[in-house]
Amino acid sequence: MTDQMAVPTVVDAPTRATGPKLARFRDFALIPVIFLLLVAGFIASPNFLTADNMVAVLQQSTELSLLVLGEALILLVARMDLSLESTVGLAPVIAVWLVLPSSGGRFNGLGLGLPGWSAIPLCLLIGVLIGALNGLLVLKVRLNAFIVTLGMLITLRGLQIAITGGQSVFELPDSFKYLGRAAWFGVPLSVWLCIVLFAVGIVALGWFRHGRSLYAIGGNVDAARAAGIRADNVVWIVFIVASLLASLAGILFVGRLGSIAATQGQGMIFQVFAASVIGGISLNGGRGSLFGALTGVLVLKLIDNVMNFAGIPPVWEQFLDGVIILGALVVSRFVSGEAQD
Amino acid sequence: MTIPEQRSGAADDGRPDAYVDGGRPIVQAVGISKHFGATVALRDVELTVAPGEAHALVGRNGAGKSTLVSILTGLTRPDAGQVYFSGEPAPPVSDRNAWRARVACVYQKSTIIPTISVAENLYLNRQDSVGGHPGGRISWRALRARAAELLRTWNIDVDPRIEAGLLTVEQRQTLEIARALSFGARFIILDEPTAQLDGAGITRLFDRLRGLREAGVAFLFISHHLQEVFEICQTVTVYRDARHVLTTSVDGLTRERLIEAMTGEATGFSEVGAGAPRWDHDIGEVLRVDRLAGTSEFGEVSFTVRAGETVGIAGAVGAGAVALGETIVGLRKPLSGTVSVNGKRVRPGSVPAGLAAGIGFVPEDRHRQGLVPLRSIEENLTLTVTDRLGRFGFVSSDARRRTATALMRRLDVKASGPDQSVSALSGGNQQKVVMGRALASEPKVLVLIRPTAGVDVKSKESLLGTVETATAAGSAAVIVSDELDDLRAADRVIVMFKGRVVAELPRGWTDQQMVAAIEGLQGD
Repeated sequence: MTDQMAVPTVVDAPTRATGPKLARFRDFALIPVIFLLLVAGFIASPNFLTADNMVAVLQQSTELSLLVLGEALILLVARMDLSLESTVGLAPVIAVWLVLPSSGGRFNGLGLGLPGWSAIPLCLLIGVLIGALNGLLVLKVRLNAFIVTLGMLITLRGLQIAITGGQSVFELPDSFKYLGRAAWFGVPLSVWLCIVLFAVGIVALGWFRHGRSLYAIGGNVDAARAAGIRADNVVWIVFIVASLLASLAGILFVGRLGSIAATQGQGMIFQVFAASVIGGISLNGGRGSLFGALTGVLVLKLIDNVMNFAGIPPVWEQFLDGVIILGALVVSRFVSGEAQD
Repeated sequence: MTIPEQRSGAADDGRPDAYVDGGRPIVQAVGISKHFGATVALRDVELTVAPGEAHALVGRNGAGKSTLVSILTGLTRPDAGQVYFSGEPAPPVSDRNAWRARVACVYQKSTIIPTISVAENLYLNRQDSVGGHPGGRISWRALRARAAELLRTWNIDVDPRIEAGLLTVEQRQTLEIARALSFGARFIILDEPTAQLDGAGITRLFDRLRGLREAGVAFLFISHHLQEVFEICQTVTVYRDARHVLTTSVDGLTRERLIEAMTGEATGFSEVGAGAPRWDHDIGEVLRVDRLAGTSEFGEVSFTVRAGETVGIAGAVGAGAVALGETIVGLRKPLSGTVSVNGKRVRPGSVPAGLAAGIGFVPEDRHRQGLVPLRSIEENLTLTVTDRLGRFGFVSSDARRRTATALMRRLDVKASGPDQSVSALSGGNQQKVVMGRALASEPKVLVLIRPTAGVDVKSKESLLGTVETATAAGSAAVIVSDELDDLRAADRVIVMFKGRVVAELPRGWTDQQMVAAIEGLQGD
């Protein structure tokens, strides 16, 4: 066919070859930062670069990383979900409330006679329902995702306070604490879980049509629809998956800390967004990788840890946290070359 | 009507037989009618395109071109009539894949996703998977190879691995054509494909289209630039006011005949401002535009407007007329040149400076630049003059109410009162509010950019009447538009084409003259 056509070529392609390299570079942009943090921690204290401390940092990163995994998926389709931090607290509370007997403890359940093992599936189911509700309001009622999930953030936290009376919950089925407490081969089960879930996410987004459709929807939703992608369904599923991951993060918190704190997850959403953006996820949708987002989480958590070892007074920690996040955002703005407006 | 007898490149020039298809038209629309509410968009129109033909569809705004495109691409169902592809009835509207295999449209708005690779854009949602199972793992190697093969087949020199956002407009457009072809479509609609291309880009596009045509691909070419129609198309169909007017071979068609078909009889408004110019030659100029040049939209333009005079600036989409108007009022920064009002230079690129100098304006997009949608009529009307309604930044509500009520009366805004939200108004009344805001500052110069786009005939008349009142009171007016009715209100019309002034027509021009000038057909 080619021979029969005298079609001239479009000659100007000044952008050749720089494209793929740049994209890959963006994924690994934080690796040197992580390396620098390790060096800084090593200088600050001999106890920093030990297997115990590294495992502890990883375990403390698990909950945040699951939230970031969910939020990254939502940001990729150019939406947002602020309510994830409240789901972290509410889903376990409702699950435990359904399972516990109606009398005898400081926190009494409904006494439905449900077995203790059902708390985990119930908790995950509640996550699914919250995500489905968010999706319903955003996609069917056509409300703005920011304001819907902000409202949801307040509502869910309020519901948790109403159910628990604002108290932390200590009466918990043993099975409910297992995921956040157990260790396999010397590494916490929660860390294994995160590794597996991120691997699943990376493979799905890299090598499967449905996963790729997230990038298409975030890049140009009309074009995605024109290509036959059911954009609304995909976005809805993404909302559900994110809330499901948030409820799982809640379970991990409960196992690690031994109770459901009244403030479990509260204020985390800022860190979630910071880690995602530092990790190269675009707030405008369609750009970024889950691996990058994971490195964003590790950077934030390592900074906290290094500051501990460096003996920085705790009263300064919040201030420095904020300054470092702002600095990291500025740096990542120039690394990605993309305006975050 | 004439059935197109001229069919480019028959089978004997080496075209693969599969594309000839027994000489049946690749697309045929018969007796198509469509209305939206009370508006008739298409009235029993037809269109026939032969394989390998480049067919132009022309008509002025509102002729029904875009409705036909949306019917031909299966996005809209016609009320009556039938579309055939190669003799077969069109698939049901729900079967997107079947439509995609028959027809594709390259819109002005790109449907390339900027954040993913060229290869993935080409095969989005149908990526190659390992083992060919549709839900299976994507084989990036196979995908890239297939994309590279497609790009090679159509001679497109783009690396399939790069991000599509890095491509030029021209490359993206070519990519959209390649993607359409990869679905098997051999009929491609090009909607204003040259609007965003420079001269060299247009030449390359046309060369490519000719090459594809020889391979049996048919095009429906929609353009405002008539000389492009003569350059690239064999057949032209003209629609006017939702009706089919003419289908004929481009060979032997004169430009005059084509323009006549597009404009029909001169319509309406001939009485507005007919007769001798009203302004007095002794009154000095109010607005002076001196060698003003936009960053890329238009070259150096100079003209003056006297008190009481109305000057029209005409130009098709992309001609630079709108950009010129926006530069005069300060919405855009000029590259060079000056704008002066009453001999005083206005600081360029600043709307406040323009307002202070006495330039009031009605912006092009009333929703985006003209109105604060949820606020009241009163607030919208007085937005530019809050400094006159009170001291030290306070706004006196009485003064505001008085100003707004007076303006509403003057402009005949139909509303329950000055408190009503502007969102609740009809398009015509909204435009009157925008107009009223421009008049609120009692401007020395009134600049209107496409003021009657999307408003009904009645409102149109009253809006243009207001301009006349303002100029009678000594203002100078500039109307930027491509609507003949708007331009007729002007004492003289400066016509722009591709960023340059190509003509200046005094009052009394005919539709043909004006359309010819706007379409760049002057001087032969």
